[in-house]
Amino acid sequence: MAFITANWNPLGEAFYRKTELYEMCWNIRDGLRDSLVAAAPYGGPIALLREPHRRSPSSRPQLEIYSASGVSIASFPWKSGPVVQLGWTVSDELLCVQEDGSVLIYDLFGSFKRHFSMGQEVVQSQVLEAKVFHSPYGTGVAIVTGSSRFTLATNIDDLKLRRLPEVPGLQGKPSCWVVLTQDRQTKVLLSNGPELYILDNTSCTAVCPPGLSPQAGSIVQMSVSFSYKYLALFTDTGHLWTGLSHLQEKLSEVDTKKTVTPKQVVWCRRPRSQQPSVVLMWDRLLMVAGVCNDTIQFPIEDPCVLVGELDGVRIISSANQELLQEVPLVCQDIFKIASMAPGALLLEAHREYEKSSQKADEYLREIKEQSMLGEAVRQCVEAAGHEYDPSTQKSLMRAASFGKCFLTDFSPDHFVLTCRELRVLNAVRESSVGLPLTHTQFKQMTLQVLTDRLVYRQFYPLAIEICRYLKIPDYQGVSRVLKHWASCKVQQKDLSDEAIARAVCVKVGDSPGVSYSDIAAKAYECGRTELAIKLLDFEARSGEQVPLLLKMKRSQLALSKAVESGDTDLVYTVVSYLKNEMNRGDFFMTLRNQPVALSLYRQFCKLQEHETLKDLYNQDDDHQELANYYVTASYREKRLEGRLSLLQSAVDEYNKAKNEFAAKATEEEMRLLRFQRKLDDEKGAGLLGLSLQATMEALLALGLHKQAEQLYRDFRVPDKRYWWLKLKSLAEKEEWDELEKFSKSKKSPIGYLAFVEVCMKCNNKYEAKKYVSKVTPEQRVKAHLAVGDLEGAADAAIERRNESEMAAVLSRCSASDRPLIDRLNRAAAAKK
Amino acid sequence: MAHSARRDSPELPDFSLLKRLARDQLIYLLEQLPGKKDLFIEADLMSPLDRIANVSTLKQHEVDKLYKVEHKPIVSTSDQLCFLIRPRIQTVKWICDVANADKAAGKFRRYKLIFTPQKFYACDAVLEEQGIIGDVTTDEWAFYLLPLDDDIISLELPEFFRDNFLAGDQRWVRTAGSALHLLHSLYGPFSKVYGIGRCSKMAYESWREQVEEGEQKARQAEIGNVFLIDRDVDYVTPLCSQVVYEGLVDDIFRIKCGCVEFGADVTSSDKSVKVMLNSQDKVFSEIRNEHFSNVFGFLSQKARNLQTAYDKRRGMDIKQMKTFVSEELKGLKQEHRLLSLHIGACESIMKKKTKQDFQELLKTEHSLLEGFETRECISYIEEHINRQVSMIESLRLLCLLSITENGLLPKDYRSLKAQYLQSYGVDHLLTFSNLRQLGLLVEQQPGETLTVMESKVGKLVNDKAAGKLTDAFSSLAKKSNFRALSRKLNLVPKSDEEYDLRVPRDMAYIFSGAYVPLSCKLIEQVLERDGWSGLEEVTRLLNGHEFAVTGNNGADLRAKSDAKRIVLVMFLGGCTFSEISALRFLGKEKGYKFIVVATSITNSSRLMEALLDNHV
Repeated sequence: MAFITANWNPLGEAFYRKTELYEMCWNIRDGLRDSLVAAAPYGGPIALLREPHRRSPSSRPQLEIYSASGVSIASFPWKSGPVVQLGWTVSDELLCVQEDGSVLIYDLFGSFKRHFSMGQEVVQSQVLEAKVFHSPYGTGVAIVTGSSRFTLATNIDDLKLRRLPEVPGLQGKPSCWVVLTQDRQTKVLLSNGPELYILDNTSCTAVCPPGLSPQAGSIVQMSVSFSYKYLALFTDTGHLWTGLSHLQEKLSEVDTKKTVTPKQVVWCRRPRSQQPSVVLMWDRLLMVAGVCNDTIQFPIEDPCVLVGELDGVRIISSANQELLQEVPLVCQDIFKIASMAPGALLLEAHREYEKSSQKADEYLREIKEQSMLGEAVRQCVEAAGHEYDPSTQKSLMRAASFGKCFLTDFSPDHFVLTCRELRVLNAVRESSVGLPLTHTQFKQMTLQVLTDRLVYRQFYPLAIEICRYLKIPDYQGVSRVLKHWASCKVQQKDLSDEAIARAVCVKVGDSPGVSYSDIAAKAYECGRTELAIKLLDFEARSGEQVPLLLKMKRSQLALSKAVESGDTDLVYTVVSYLKNEMNRGDFFMTLRNQPVALSLYRQFCKLQEHETLKDLYNQDDDHQELANYYVTASYREKRLEGRLSLLQSAVDEYNKAKNEFAAKATEEEMRLLRFQRKLDDEKGAGLLGLSLQATMEALLALGLHKQAEQLYRDFRVPDKRYWWLKLKSLAEKEEWDELEKFSKSKKSPIGYLAFVEVCMKCNNKYEAKKYVSKVTPEQRVKAHLAVGDLEGAADAAIERRNESEMAAVLSRCSASDRPLIDRLNRAAAAKK
Repeated sequence: MAHSARRDSPELPDFSLLKRLARDQLIYLLEQLPGKKDLFIEADLMSPLDRIANVSTLKQHEVDKLYKVEHKPIVSTSDQLCFLIRPRIQTVKWICDVANADKAAGKFRRYKLIFTPQKFYACDAVLEEQGIIGDVTTDEWAFYLLPLDDDIISLELPEFFRDNFLAGDQRWVRTAGSALHLLHSLYGPFSKVYGIGRCSKMAYESWREQVEEGEQKARQAEIGNVFLIDRDVDYVTPLCSQVVYEGLVDDIFRIKCGCVEFGADVTSSDKSVKVMLNSQDKVFSEIRNEHFSNVFGFLSQKARNLQTAYDKRRGMDIKQMKTFVSEELKGLKQEHRLLSLHIGACESIMKKKTKQDFQELLKTEHSLLEGFETRECISYIEEHINRQVSMIESLRLLCLLSITENGLLPKDYRSLKAQYLQSYGVDHLLTFSNLRQLGLLVEQQPGETLTVMESKVGKLVNDKAAGKLTDAFSSLAKKSNFRALSRKLNLVPKSDEEYDLRVPRDMAYIFSGAYVPLSCKLIEQVLERDGWSGLEEVTRLLNGHEFAVTGNNGADLRAKSDAKRIVLVMFLGGCTFSEISALRFLGKEKGYKFIVVATSITNSSRLMEALLDNHV
């Protein structure tokens, strides 16, 4: 363990260490010389374009994509135009900025995704230099053109090109420049000879870094920190100025005594750094410069590439990859030689304990006396997080665990969590996976993004294992992975639809949160419609199937799925979509096979489009409904002629529907209408539209007996109806003589009790009595009672020897009818 | 009451929570449109809204003026208009007209449409078509359930019946499912769900879907069992004249949203009075379930008691008098007022109903139910039509005849229809077409006896493709089979025994002892058997679609056995007061408490009116 500090280099207050991450798996013949290299932060992939300027078509440059550990992911010859700059987006897509201003986007596996252009004028003036940068808005691209103009795109996913104002006096490209993101604005800081300018949307302002010695010379290299907070400027006299990027505060100025412009300048900080420092790289030298005047120098043999990280700098060479970082304070405390920090003592105590030495107790006692045991454990756990070497991690964690035993009230959460996270980190750092993440980076990036990255690199089993191990709820964990796996699976062209569908179903099963319709949508995007349909079958929620089916133009299927779902609104959505998409005939035919959809559409048409309704019935040869439609329409029609012609159509349709009854009824209605019209014209009777009964009533009321009679005969009105009608009408008009005549015209089909009752209703007892004698014997008692003739009723009842009738009479008798009551009682008794 | 409870009935859950929820949501929605606004309310939402939030509540939330939706140009001057409407195309279209008229006049207003209980896609489609979807905001007021009484909850959706059963428009099914879901989440989990009918089954499935989508919280169940039933399972019951007091009042005066308006002839003054009819009304709650023949006697007894209570005043000293006035008098006065109203209503009913005509009408109905003297019944109906007694009543009798006789003979079918058309106009051809489609008024297939029909129907039902039958076939399948059902379930008690209506012995008392309502009998049987086993023949005759599902969390129920005896019965397509009375009776007999949830309260007239298609 004593070796841990061996690679520590002091600089001012802090120490810097360089740890080897990988021996690179790649085998690059010419090293990184003459290549465009882009390596993404957070242990991202590396893209390499060799000899980008070789223009002969016979030997095209090769674009290679490697994982951070150098495992080849993709490699293909570059067939497009000359590339100025490579860069990675936040979602691990490769941007290739070409000389003509077009930017080609490839995914991690080297397949082309899309492209965009940085503006038309660039085609002429050419891109001189480009930078890919990351901001809170996403990934952006900045270029400077041959006409010395800057163009920015702050977010390539929402492309808005901004051409920045002209820089006074700038010819060709500036000596150096960076993109800054400040106050939600993206600006360019550039130096042109001795001048320094800030270029924003509207203006170009000359600025001067505070405290830069006048003799420092002009700025030839600059660098902005990972968080855009700090700025480093390197002048041609070898001065390195560091300060805050808003150029209002200076941190330090170091004379590097190198007048050659460094190839790369990168900030090397970490959150809660002890001091800000900058790493500069020349051909054979790597220098770390901090606030103090001191520097650390590392010789380098190979050409390298520096990648700025959140908490350090990765140094990639053709042979290996190292991480240069400030040693975290907690690690310093523990590992610094002769440190008496509680963590250091605890580590020591544990070491002694393993050796079964009683010194362990002494150390422990010492910590305990200061009541720092909790702090000691915390320190060990935290330091373990920062260590890259598993064995160091282990010894720290063991020490922490040992210390924990002597504590009562100590929450194990932090310990457990760190253990788990370290396992995950160690797993992804594996050379075969190649994500050299530090714990700090991991925390910043979140587990969610890590799983996404793993998924993106198609490490599905690992991602699932990690999710399970960290007990992420399925919804956010395993299901997400499966979803991506399935989306990827459906793109495998060498497998049959059947095989893929089965494979997906077996793996995904009914994991919560995995939407088969999303997977199907992916399949459809890849042109595998059949597969998409097969996958949709697994989708439990019909509502989810429908939109995609519509998109795939499987409208029939969409319709039946919608119907199956039982969600009528969904059916309606499909129907209205179909209505606009299909021609009428097909549309109707489609509906015809779906009664639910059809009735829904009919319902809509009834309210909105009457004409369509007709077409609908026509198409179906539904004569009955068509006829009904005409009848309905006839009531909306004001003019008689129109009405009659509609009714005639109804008759025709009823006939076709073999509904003779309705046909006849409608014909009669037409006849009636004509009749009414005639009378209306002749007598102004106001009959039009009345029912037959009402017409006859009206006629009788008007005294038009002859016409009423005519209707009665023409329309074969049942005798009973006519007699009732006439009886009522005459009684109401109090035409008693006429009524009597009528009663004698023939034998009443409704009997004569009706006469009695109607007369009584009109309060004419006299007339009523006339008809009592005509009433049939069965009803005679009723008739007598109706006119209030108790005597007569009693006589009739006794005559008929009918007990219940006698009782009925009795119930109507009052006390004053004593004799009658006696008579009835006697008769009743006699019968018994 | 004439009969007493078999044992302690469980307590009913408190449904006022439903009202509070609805009110809070409405207020929230109104607040979404800050500032003064005019509120337009769909006509048939007025009464339900009144039960949820009164005018002053609305005014508190900056509602300026209230209007009824009348499909006419508006006069409002407010620059913010809020519409509280049902998701009906006509209404939405009218709003489009209003907005477009404003546009044409260069007037700028904000429009907010609140659909209740939910919005349909068709509404959006209309808004889009009329080009105002960008000018309005829409919201949904999830006001599904209005508690009308302690044990009656209504969805207040009378159009459910026609839309679903006649037009085949199943949009409301999800509404029913959501209503059930709401009840389930507040008073569930249900341990057992039974049901019969296609719509019931769909509503059940829709509810299950919603349960699975949402999160489940374990809670103490207050309602244990649920029974879903389609109106088209039993048309006979709502077609009969109601003779239990509450039903009779509904038939004659029309109870609207739990409230009835007694006209001048009842109040014996020149004003009409609106009365809430529910269990809060002490007098009404005692007579609502009684056969009408008992009501008058009961009321006069009550009047005598009241008099005695008043008479107590005599011989009181000052102190006693003081307590009497402060404590009892108000109650007595209230009771007095109600009593006189109900006596007035009774007199009015007697005038209308106890005449010879009504007796004969009832006799005819009973004959139809028993299947006796069919010819006499037909001629009675004929006369009924010829004398133009009542358009609706005649239609009802025709339907009752058809349904009990399993269709009319072709000759009768034609002649009765012809006469009806002569009486009420040929436009009723459309009405008849509707009735035929529903199987309410159909022609017997020539040469087919009942049994042949039955077996044929049975075969059709067993056929898996039954759902896809064409209209013609399905109307065939909709044959009522009433006679066979009546025999199987013993719906018509033997008529030779005297039935004492004062001491009812079964649910038949609600129809003077002549008929046990089919719907309620099914409920009784299923609860008794805990499922449909043994009722296979019956369900076959009823066209199937029955189900019985046990919930997965039966454990919760052991804790509170009371919940098991609380049965929620949901009538899809409406329910009559007679059925509610019958269920209350059944509950007393068997120790259940029934909660009736209906898409609306219906009766024979409403049922028939829903199927009319004349354009008068």
